[in-house]
Amino acid sequence: MIALQDRKLALWNIGVAYIAFLIGTLCGLLQVFIRNDALQLPAWLDYYQILTAHGVLLALIFTTFFIFGFFITGMSKSLGSFGPKVRLFSWIGFWVTLLGTVMATVMIISGQASVMYTFYAPLQASGFFYVGLALVIIGTWISSFALVGHYRVWRKNNKGQLSPLFAFMTITTIIMWIIACLGVVATVLFQYIPWAFGWTDTIDVELSRSLFWYFGHPLVYFWLLPAYMAWYLIVPKLLGVKVFSDSLARMSFVLFILFSIPVGFHHQLTEPGISNFWKFLQVVLTFMVIVPSLMTAFSMFATFEIAGRKNGGKGLFGWFTKLPWKDIRFTSIFIAMAFFIPGGAGGIINASFQLNEVVHNTLWIVGHFHITVGTPVAMTFMGITFWLIPYLTGRKFTKSMKVLGLVQIITWSIGMVLMSTAQHLLGLLGAPRRTAYSSYNDHPAALEWFDGILTNHVTMAVGGSILFVSAMILIYIVVMTMFLSPKAVETKDMVDFPLAESDMSNTPKWLENWWIWIGLAAALIALAYAIPLTHMIQNAPPGSEGFKTW
Amino acid sequence: MHLHKYEKIWLTLGIASLIVFLSVVGVSAFSQNHTPAGGMETIDPKKVNETAPFDNPGVTQLDDDTYQATIVAMAFGYNAPELRVPVGKEVIFKVTSTDVVHSFTIDNTKVNMMVVPGRITTKSYTFEKPGTYLILCNEYCGTGHHMMYTEIEVYEE
Repeated sequence: MIALQDRKLALWNIGVAYIAFLIGTLCGLLQVFIRNDALQLPAWLDYYQILTAHGVLLALIFTTFFIFGFFITGMSKSLGSFGPKVRLFSWIGFWVTLLGTVMATVMIISGQASVMYTFYAPLQASGFFYVGLALVIIGTWISSFALVGHYRVWRKNNKGQLSPLFAFMTITTIIMWIIACLGVVATVLFQYIPWAFGWTDTIDVELSRSLFWYFGHPLVYFWLLPAYMAWYLIVPKLLGVKVFSDSLARMSFVLFILFSIPVGFHHQLTEPGISNFWKFLQVVLTFMVIVPSLMTAFSMFATFEIAGRKNGGKGLFGWFTKLPWKDIRFTSIFIAMAFFIPGGAGGIINASFQLNEVVHNTLWIVGHFHITVGTPVAMTFMGITFWLIPYLTGRKFTKSMKVLGLVQIITWSIGMVLMSTAQHLLGLLGAPRRTAYSSYNDHPAALEWFDGILTNHVTMAVGGSILFVSAMILIYIVVMTMFLSPKAVETKDMVDFPLAESDMSNTPKWLENWWIWIGLAAALIALAYAIPLTHMIQNAPPGSEGFKTW
Repeated sequence: MHLHKYEKIWLTLGIASLIVFLSVVGVSAFSQNHTPAGGMETIDPKKVNETAPFDNPGVTQLDDDTYQATIVAMAFGYNAPELRVPVGKEVIFKVTSTDVVHSFTIDNTKVNMMVVPGRITTKSYTFEKPGTYLILCNEYCGTGHHMMYTEIEVYEE
């Protein structure tokens, strides 16, 4: 077991993550009922307030705190206990992130920041909302640098050695995150904050959008890579085998540093100010991440087959039945991966240049990220939660918890299939995203969207309700394993951190030369962004004043 | 770096289909002009109503086969009087905003344009079927976002 103080640090991060999860999913439940015209909010509460809270708390806050809880535990386990400085800065990072979260949340709940988690200018929230967001990012940087510091100490003490795979993947994710955040930090510090506090009169809207999306796309990889870490490192251990290929795992991760950042324009394909050439170039770069994703898919299925055959699986597909389906830690992650197949395919559709026009800003997009971040990522985190919290608290993961965990995973899957299928289909028909209940004055075209067997508000509401029940079961499991379950006294009851062995004997050393990857990433970013952004700044129209349209 | 034989096959097939796919998208974009909405023109967002062509929004005929539809988007509606265009003719939509970001999205068509203040978004489209089409805003713009809509009538000549 890792040091008590490191456990405390990790548990506080995970605790905050699940408070955000609780509020965020409650907002989600309210949304499906408002859209079903079954619920009227009181006058002081607005649909778009709830929607903003749902997005910020689940997509940004739950994920970020959980990821750091996971990183802290894994780094302490694989590189040894934190030193006093690393611990101190991890706590500072935690409190700064939390302070930012509270500031932003208070602004949203008090109705001063109904601007969605994309906060597009010239919608102007209270300046403190942007300060809160900046603090969240800065807090994560402090936590990140603490982990990098811990890693550097290890490297100094283990000269010439490759680091353990968990540490390597954590550092990859952190490098990607820090480079990605430069965009949002630039726009929030130099554009939004001076403008929201009235120090400048106007803002360059298109530039702020471009800087946001420079950050916004790698943000999704910041969620995804920790999930991939569980797929590469935890799953093989649960199956009783080694990591399929250490070098391949490292290679696929560094490719994400290169190809997750210079791609933000694919979120801006239908807008002015960026010429088709640069849009298309970034579309091509976007598709490069398919390569490491294919590598990951191959590794996963190879791992499954090796494990299944080891357990006596015969024939072409016999191994499939020999996987440990009763192990909730495995089944949860397997279902998460299965959701990522349509999720990834949908992503390819969204980024496909002209095809984007069909789905851009429709409910399809909402469906898409509920089967990417909302299931593959979130359910992997749930699967991690089942062992991570008891591992950190030293409590048992009892039989009834295992049964509840299974119920939770299955209900989440059913709810998500119903809700996201309805959303995808509605989006294809043309129904827009981010709207309260509206029939556009009973326009026949709008009424037709919601008239299908699957394409109606009821399906979404049923799906959303099942999801909420599932979320509450999870909260129950979290509370039990954190505070109430009996302590594990005997060795057989102790919950382990299932970390697979990885054979590094064939892994080339250059994979861990970070300057190669940072340098290549910088070159690709310059290639994709330097000219169009320069052009955008030099040919900027007069800026926009702020508007509060809510 | 060692790669398993099946993995080599898998990645080769994957990368090959990626190249084919991107080539299809690229050829369609640049040799057949299938590109999404865009445009590089700028405008002063505070002077939209006095700047041509937005000082006189609506439909104008450019030549025998081409029409231009100019629309000003604002919270929460569109200033676009008499949106009527003939079927089978090219319509060039030009849209800008006087306040926040909106969209100009025509249901059941490929017209799905982000409208950014300070910029003019352009999209060319030819309607194939007559009828009344719903136009709506699909970018969140404030409390009345879900009330922001209008219609365009496509008539047969």
